[in-house]
Amino acid sequence: MNNKSKSGHLDFLNGDEAVAYAARLCRPHVIAVYPITPQTIVVEKISEFVANNEMTCEYIHVESEHSAMCAAMGASLVGARAFTATSSQGLAYMHEMLHYVSGSRFPIVMMNANRTLAAPWNIFGDQRDSLSQRDTGWIQAYVENGQEALDMIIQAYALAEDDRVYTPVMVNLDGFVNTHTFELVDIPTQEEVDAFLPPFKSKNAVDFHHPRSFCMTASTEWNMEFRYQQQEAMDRARGVIAEVDKRFGDHFGRYYGGMVEEIQCEDAEVVLVGMGSVVGTSRIVVDRLREKGLKVGLVKLRFYRPFPREYFKGLSGRVKAMGVIDRDISFGYEGAVASDIKSALASAGVVPKVINFIAGIAGRDITKEHIEGMYDRLFNFTQGKDEKELQFIGLRW
Amino acid sequence: MAKPKIVKFQFPECLEEMPLGPSAVAGILTEPNSGWRVQRPVLDHSKCSKCLLCWVLCPEGVIDKSKGELEIDMNYCKGCGLCAHECPKEAIQMVREGQDEQ
Repeated sequence: MNNKSKSGHLDFLNGDEAVAYAARLCRPHVIAVYPITPQTIVVEKISEFVANNEMTCEYIHVESEHSAMCAAMGASLVGARAFTATSSQGLAYMHEMLHYVSGSRFPIVMMNANRTLAAPWNIFGDQRDSLSQRDTGWIQAYVENGQEALDMIIQAYALAEDDRVYTPVMVNLDGFVNTHTFELVDIPTQEEVDAFLPPFKSKNAVDFHHPRSFCMTASTEWNMEFRYQQQEAMDRARGVIAEVDKRFGDHFGRYYGGMVEEIQCEDAEVVLVGMGSVVGTSRIVVDRLREKGLKVGLVKLRFYRPFPREYFKGLSGRVKAMGVIDRDISFGYEGAVASDIKSALASAGVVPKVINFIAGIAGRDITKEHIEGMYDRLFNFTQGKDEKELQFIGLRW
Repeated sequence: MAKPKIVKFQFPECLEEMPLGPSAVAGILTEPNSGWRVQRPVLDHSKCSKCLLCWVLCPEGVIDKSKGELEIDMNYCKGCGLCAHECPKEAIQMVREGQDEQ
């Protein structure tokens, strides 16, 4: 990562505020949102922008998250750039419309504050909400901090609205750890963002002179071809993600590595894979262990859909053991991220041993000590000692 | 009559011709809108006095008076029989679809 600021100004923001600033800089025509902890600050901050005439947009206070996504979709349908944000139960309530939006190919950008799902009721962070929306046809990005959140919202529009993609993007921030933690965030100028992100010119809009039917039935004879198109768009998105990351870096001086970022993986014997805020904690642990001479590496998975299958196939021959941190679990099997990584590894020649660590459920801390323990267990694995393939970390008993 | 005419829908012939998401040009008719009609009205022009009661009452607005003699647009007539019922000259007969006119 080479993150040097070129211009703009620094402000002390939490992740939600960073998202609100990013949304403002992207000049959406329509914002339709319903507040939910821990996303609420996004709603409040944008509301403040609009009230203070610092932002011009149609700001719709809807009665539910389902309606929020419907309104965003209606806006996109007439060629407007649309933004929304939600979390957890709200995302679950949107579920039906997530399919409608991706299937209709509307390039909407949504921020999601990762929070666990009830029951038992809890407002704190894990990634079960967004990972359970895996198959809705949305591109999913996971960010590590407030700066990346701001940068990713801007990149998300460039990605979603790319002619080769035309697929909605969900930008995920870990609830509280990212959404409510304050840090210095570089806010680019409006001119810089305008130069990077041109106004939205929809390829998919209706107007009075070109009436079109939308979301119509596609019969059995035609339906599968629409799905094939979605898969092709997702496949093309892999390349576009890399392009957008490069172009963003050239404009703003911050590069993120595209689909994944490798941290000290060159000669690593064991690596951990994580998404979101846990990567920040893990960076410190990797530095500590490297000082002790341990060959540990870290892979920051930035995009969950499309999934970087080829990357993990390539990584498989380079390491002896791999740990996957999942802030989620697919009950009756294992963590969703681990499953996908194993699936990618299965088609590689040499397959390393994999331990799936289930951690950080419902906001439980993933401490540096926990992460050190994960590396210990991976080394045990490489030395032939028995380790369970699925382990809960930080469990009370 | 301002109603859309039936036009042949051009189906995509390759993936590149598929629309971006399930959308298509609106306001066109690709097949008769009245395929489910059970009975059709048959107008005997020799009995018609052009009182236009049928033209006023037709719920679908499918009776055309612009050409002198009244014409019924069979692409849109749903066969309700209101015209035949109300015609003071009994100039309209309802005939079951598939049966010959008398």
